[in-house]
Amino acid sequence: MSTTTIRPTGAPPAGRPDRPTAVSIEAVSKTFRLPRQQCSTLKERVLHPLRSTEHDELKAVREISLEIAAGEFFGIVGRNGSGKSTLLKCIAGIYGVDSGRIAIAGRLSPFIELGVGFNPDLTARDNVIINAIMLGISRRQARERFDHVLAFAELEEFVDLKLKNYSSGMLVRLAFATAIEVDADIFLIDEVLAVGDAAFQQKCFDQFFRLKREGKTIVFVSHDMFSVERFCDRAMLIERGRMVKLGEPAEIARAYHKLNFGQLPHEAPQKQPVAGTETAILDAWFESTSGERVTSSSREEALGMCFQARLGEQLADPVFAATLRNELGHTIVVARSDQHGASSGSFRAGETVVARFAMPSWLTASRYTLTPSIARQGTGADALAITEDMASVLIHGAATGGILEMPVEVRIERL
Amino acid sequence: MRMPAPAAHKRQPAHGPSALGGDLSRFWALTFTLARTEFKLRFFGSALGYLWTLVRPLLFFGVLWLFFTQVAHVNRDTSRAEDFYGVQLLGSIVLFTFFTEATTGSVRCIVDRENLVRKIHFPRMVIPLSVVLLALFNLGLNLIVVAIFALASGVEPMLSWLELPLIVGGLVLFAAGVAMLLSALFVHFRDIQPIWEVVCQILLYASPVIISLQTIRAKLSTSMLHLYMLNPLAVVFQQFRHAFVTHATPGVGQALGSWAAILEPVAIVLAVFVAGFLVFDRAAVRIAENL
Repeated sequence: MSTTTIRPTGAPPAGRPDRPTAVSIEAVSKTFRLPRQQCSTLKERVLHPLRSTEHDELKAVREISLEIAAGEFFGIVGRNGSGKSTLLKCIAGIYGVDSGRIAIAGRLSPFIELGVGFNPDLTARDNVIINAIMLGISRRQARERFDHVLAFAELEEFVDLKLKNYSSGMLVRLAFATAIEVDADIFLIDEVLAVGDAAFQQKCFDQFFRLKREGKTIVFVSHDMFSVERFCDRAMLIERGRMVKLGEPAEIARAYHKLNFGQLPHEAPQKQPVAGTETAILDAWFESTSGERVTSSSREEALGMCFQARLGEQLADPVFAATLRNELGHTIVVARSDQHGASSGSFRAGETVVARFAMPSWLTASRYTLTPSIARQGTGADALAITEDMASVLIHGAATGGILEMPVEVRIERL
Repeated sequence: MRMPAPAAHKRQPAHGPSALGGDLSRFWALTFTLARTEFKLRFFGSALGYLWTLVRPLLFFGVLWLFFTQVAHVNRDTSRAEDFYGVQLLGSIVLFTFFTEATTGSVRCIVDRENLVRKIHFPRMVIPLSVVLLALFNLGLNLIVVAIFALASGVEPMLSWLELPLIVGGLVLFAAGVAMLLSALFVHFRDIQPIWEVVCQILLYASPVIISLQTIRAKLSTSMLHLYMLNPLAVVFQQFRHAFVTHATPGVGQALGSWAAILEPVAIVLAVFVAGFLVFDRAAVRIAENL
């Protein structure tokens, strides 16, 4: 019997080295010169002729080289201010580069954001046509495609409504519908991927896959690792203007999370007063299968919930328990040492123990917290010690949308 | 002008931001669309709509006309040259309104459209030129009113009306040059705005809008008159009065003694246009990051 693991749709195929290059970036650098003293009036210029020469240099993009193949869906990820939008603007031709070279093969869509130039005082009809012309479609083509745009955005009833009366969701739908009408081979998209309500999001995703099937090249910048892993063939992590990593989206997402969370100071466990003789939980943490403490982990990795406790009295078969909650506060797992009537053993007063609860990799992407507790033998209601949310871990990776990523055996039989 | 040919699907260096871009039809479509949109928006929600563009110069005209014909009597000094003073005044005001609208409107235009400049790759020069085009739309409509007013006042249609496109063309070229120059400079020098407003005020009196050249000529020395006629606006307005309203007021060639003298203001117009173009073209590359 074969087992099919359900994967998110559009699982990334391997890179396509055989395809021609669509975007070639060679050692591109971009530096902004920020005047330390803003001299924007003539008087200031005249009074301080030398001051204007003082500049702070901000190296937004440093020596990035990259080849994006035609038909590739390429993600650029990085933290705020890492230079990813600047790089996108350089590719789009909005900024000139200081050194290096960018070569584009094919028609480039000129915009990097949806709905730029929408005017709130005009109707949807006028705005779509104006926007389309700005994006490089002729007026006649814009008129021809207008009905299609409105139908896609599902806004036919609101054609003659002024845009200021639109809801923000309607606005992005209109913007998205207009943007995908652009005749381009290479699309550049900053941040916004899927917009609107759930049903419209699905339509957006469908459009992305259509563009992909049609062999369009898409370069997009995002914080959303879920989208990156779902759509991208390859991705790149950029930090302080440098390319840190280039590779498979899942790998990049891991690196991104590590960058975001891994380098933060280790969350200080809320230690109970160690002095005293009562039963207390001293420490709690998550650990990988190799026994390393982790604060973030990939979805595929198995994890252990652990805590260390000191027992203040002699105990027979106490119940060690670990409660795992997700970021919404839902209790996902309650693991107990007395499962299936198992015994935890007898302990003397003053003994220190470590409890470990190993879990398979069923957790979906979310932030989880661990609440350790110790109770007397019995139902577990007679608690000796409990510390709420003592440790946390971030699980990242592609998710199906369920609260658990249980392995599912799928069988389809012909009757 | 450098205009790389658009080679579709051929690997070409992705040129960065530029003033003109490579695609002339897109350049024109964008300029026209922006101007058209602004035109539509300007009178959005007002009951009289377009009529408001007309009301402003007309009111200005009414005030000036009342003052200078009924109080100051400028039109009685010389006999025939001030025929149809009302038409001469209105025509000049309409042309002057075009110039101020195009130039003062262009000062802030790049900064006000920051959103477009930073988010879409398109030829930057579209923006100031669309402001000039918008002013030109208004001028076209206003000139129709001037023509009606002229005919109603008894001005006879003349063969010299054919000079009108040339006169307006020169004015548009001059306005476009100034518009490119100002919009590029404003990004760095924010005090361009108040300075230019004052310059416009000065230009109103330094060109034959209210007072015709006939009156000015009587009071200026030859060299001062020469200086006065270096102003391209003076040339444009005076030639308009001569060609469109009445031959009783001198044409530019007549006023200056020879047609060769017109080369100087023409050279100034061309110089301003080229300077505006070059300054803007240079600034266009970094305009998005300097905003």
